[in-house]
Amino acid sequence: MDFLRPATWADALAAKRETPAALPIQGGTDVMVEINFDVHRPAALLDLNRVRELTEWEEADGRLRIGAGVPYVRVIGELGDRLPGLAQASRTVGSPQIRNRGSIGGNLGAASPAGDSHPPLLAGDAVIEVESADRGVRMIPATEFYLGVKRNALEPDELIRAVWTAPAPGPQYFSKIGTRNAMVIAVCSFAVALHPEERRVGTGVGSAAPTPRRATAAEEFISTELDWDGRGPLSDAAAQRFGELVREAAAPIDDVRGTADYRKHALAVMARRTLTWAWNDHRAERREAS
Amino acid sequence: MRVNVTVNGSEETVDDVWEGESLLYMLRERMGLPGSKNACEQGECGSCTVYLDGVPACACLVAAGQAEGREVRTVEGLAEGQPGDERLDPVQQAFVEAGAVQCGFCTPGLIVQSHDLIERNPAPSDAEIREALAGNLCRCTGYEKILDAVRLAARRKAAHP
Repeated sequence: MDFLRPATWADALAAKRETPAALPIQGGTDVMVEINFDVHRPAALLDLNRVRELTEWEEADGRLRIGAGVPYVRVIGELGDRLPGLAQASRTVGSPQIRNRGSIGGNLGAASPAGDSHPPLLAGDAVIEVESADRGVRMIPATEFYLGVKRNALEPDELIRAVWTAPAPGPQYFSKIGTRNAMVIAVCSFAVALHPEERRVGTGVGSAAPTPRRATAAEEFISTELDWDGRGPLSDAAAQRFGELVREAAAPIDDVRGTADYRKHALAVMARRTLTWAWNDHRAERREAS
Repeated sequence: MRVNVTVNGSEETVDDVWEGESLLYMLRERMGLPGSKNACEQGECGSCTVYLDGVPACACLVAAGQAEGREVRTVEGLAEGQPGDERLDPVQQAFVEAGAVQCGFCTPGLIVQSHDLIERNPAPSDAEIREALAGNLCRCTGYEKILDAVRLAARRKAAHP
């Protein structure tokens, strides 16, 4: 096995072109588990810890560009006000030690359907910036990034540079089912994001299909159902229907963490609850403003 | 491969490190520092918690090569003074006095993680202690005495900063 240690982003891209089989490692919280258990023996490890750009974030054109290596602890601490959905999801990742090292870029690289950052990225219309030495930058919408269980849209010579997403234009919530409040791989998870100016609701469903996915029919239904102008209350019937449509968007399996039926049921409940929280926040915002 | 790393304040050079091995393995098996414990090897139990550049991490999930040029502080590096004449860190002393150690396997990780908590938050609430220690499993002492120890250490550090 080789251990590649590029000092700059350009060097990292060159190394990935040279050795496409090299497995990028940032926090190591996924990669090292597989190596420790001999699940995976990559030809080389490509250590990205020295590439400083990856651990920075910036605001550009009204959007946030979050380096792939920014650890969860900093997403929570530095971006929690602007990206509450992503921060809530980050707070549920592993333990403090894991959140000190794990990153959204790592979550995207691993592309597990259970990755906690995926649902809020989908709900918030995130775009993944990837790059290769030969073909430059590609911007991949989160909706097109997840291709299968632990498979993503990266080409062998590409690395994940950053995630782009707008600061939350409205309330966002994330909810996750597990046996305790730490060290839990999601049984299933759900994210909701209100986009009031576009009169639209975004969703993300996690750990309930081969890939994270949006609940498109649920989004369309509730976006037309909500009283965007008057900010009137959300009816029980509409919330119920939203939950049902989210449930129908899922295609879960039975596995060690839970049954497909349980996952569907839990998703409907989480969808209803998170939407209610988000809409109530949105209504309260107006009352505060007036 | 060769790894140059500062461990507990001492600059070290370690040879013949396998590219896929963890920082934990390097510390325990190549550097004679068995304080950090090897249990789950998947970040679940926290018994290998060490400081990496001042930030607590599971040493089993850091590739040894990633520690190149960086600073590691293990449980062995918390006490002050020379061997034989050590003054335990207040967190270590509190674990002893509160009876927060039974088999002792989880203790080094809990101590490093508690040490970090009190450094960042000198007067943690119970909820904050529980949150900070959520990634450290103990299977015999029970968490009550561990919480007692952290509260005691925080009180002492506040009294004698």
